[in-house]
Amino acid sequence: MAVKVPIFMDNHSTTPVDPRVLDAMLPFFREDFGNAASRNHVFGWRAEKAVEIAREEVGKLIGASAKEIVWTSGATESINLALKGAAEFYKEKGNHFITGQTEHKATLDTCKRLEKEGCEVTYLPVRSDGIITAEQVAAAIKPTTIMVALMAANNEIGTVNPINEIGAAIKATKKDVLFFVDAVQAAGKVPFDVTAGKVDLASVSAHKIYGPKGVGALYVRRKPRVRLVEQIDGGGHERGMRSGTLNVPGIVGFGKAAELARTEMAQEAEKLTALRNRLYSYLTTNLKEVHLNGSWEHRLPGNLNVSFAYVEGEGLMMALKDVAVSSGSACTSASLEPSYVLRALGVGEEMAHSSIRFGIGRFNTEEEIDYVGKHVVEAVSRLREMSPLWEMVQEGVDLKSIQWAAEH
Amino acid sequence: MAYSDKVIDHYENPRNVGSLDKNSDNVGTGLVGAPACGDVMKLQIKVEDGIITDAKFKTFGCGSAIASSSLVTEWVKGMSVDKAMELKNSQIAEELNLPPVKIHCSVLAEDAIKAAIADYKKKNGNGA
Repeated sequence: MAVKVPIFMDNHSTTPVDPRVLDAMLPFFREDFGNAASRNHVFGWRAEKAVEIAREEVGKLIGASAKEIVWTSGATESINLALKGAAEFYKEKGNHFITGQTEHKATLDTCKRLEKEGCEVTYLPVRSDGIITAEQVAAAIKPTTIMVALMAANNEIGTVNPINEIGAAIKATKKDVLFFVDAVQAAGKVPFDVTAGKVDLASVSAHKIYGPKGVGALYVRRKPRVRLVEQIDGGGHERGMRSGTLNVPGIVGFGKAAELARTEMAQEAEKLTALRNRLYSYLTTNLKEVHLNGSWEHRLPGNLNVSFAYVEGEGLMMALKDVAVSSGSACTSASLEPSYVLRALGVGEEMAHSSIRFGIGRFNTEEEIDYVGKHVVEAVSRLREMSPLWEMVQEGVDLKSIQWAAEH
Repeated sequence: MAYSDKVIDHYENPRNVGSLDKNSDNVGTGLVGAPACGDVMKLQIKVEDGIITDAKFKTFGCGSAIASSSLVTEWVKGMSVDKAMELKNSQIAEELNLPPVKIHCSVLAEDAIKAAIADYKKKNGNGA
């Protein structure tokens, strides 16, 4: 089997730039290097034209018009701008935010900042399958609520929230509550439409859809108009919402990536679902005690997050040295705490330590899936032979009956 | 985070993986750590005339935890029980070039050998 290693199967962290995207970008590093804000010569005009074509494309990806797209440096900035910008602009109306416990750190840490500045934040729990329901959101809305901030799809477990239902429930409960959706993982992977979801603000990022790093966008609804206080002061670019010279090659790449994601989404989803199912089926056929984390039904096509009981995630990744995946194990994070996302689902700490996230993407092949499956099965089997927990379970010992030392 | 060559060597070729008969009088068993913390080590020693003649381990944990326990079994074989009691986690950390976030793995390995010795002594009336 001629598989080229290392294999990249961590496509939720980032994605390789599609060669078609790179080709679209290159002229804007070379002859068309102009500043899109230069209004009085051809270099500026060309850059501006390219930026506006990209704006159109990124808008189309999420069902928005070009005029509703604000360029940023990435989704983290988009999230910061949406939450802080709205908190500041609408402070006379209220100070309450609703978000979820499994949100990305960019949202959670921004919320923590807002709390320090006097806002109140409700962190909604998720169901054991990782989903937040419309009823939960509606029930949390108060007279002081100004925004609901939720992700469309989760970066770790790939679960997809019922955004359209949630949007409808928000507007039915309190019409002027803003709905911000972090669509970074969902856009271009599963249908996401700002009109269908009654979404007011949404963050997207180029590098998650085979575009370049360092460029993102914030969708800001025009009708009815959503207002934000800018967080970066300067030349008044992007209708005053985000000053700074535009990253023209990056934006052009984002536009091309968005066009490809939109036009190829259906067929790509089908391909990724088949690859994902092939891997899951191989793993569960050849190994015992493989536990799926998060909903199977409401899930991104390329995501598989499983816990291999009695094997520690980082130890497992070390065995898969030719394969790039990621783990919710504490040992992979600086904090020594296992994944807060898995913990929010009610997954036990020991199972969180045993989790591996496979992120299957556009350029993965069936051969790679088979290679990864085979190596994971070998590594898990080997590590279980070395695992005292596995041995105890085989001997019929109930691990919960043991008095473990509590220290971490 | 890159692993040191020694950690990789112990991880890929672990020494002394396995189990000894925990019911045998001359076998001491130490089980330390907790599944919830992501590290559990089982370390066993077989003692004859005050000398550790065999050592086995099984570890649930990251590469550094596996390497730390593997290294300890290698070191204590042939050592007297008293000498093995003196093993320090800092020696393990130094030998394996463990980074600061992995020091707890070496601490656990020290705990494991001490627990195994304590178990052996308990079985043999604290004498040995």
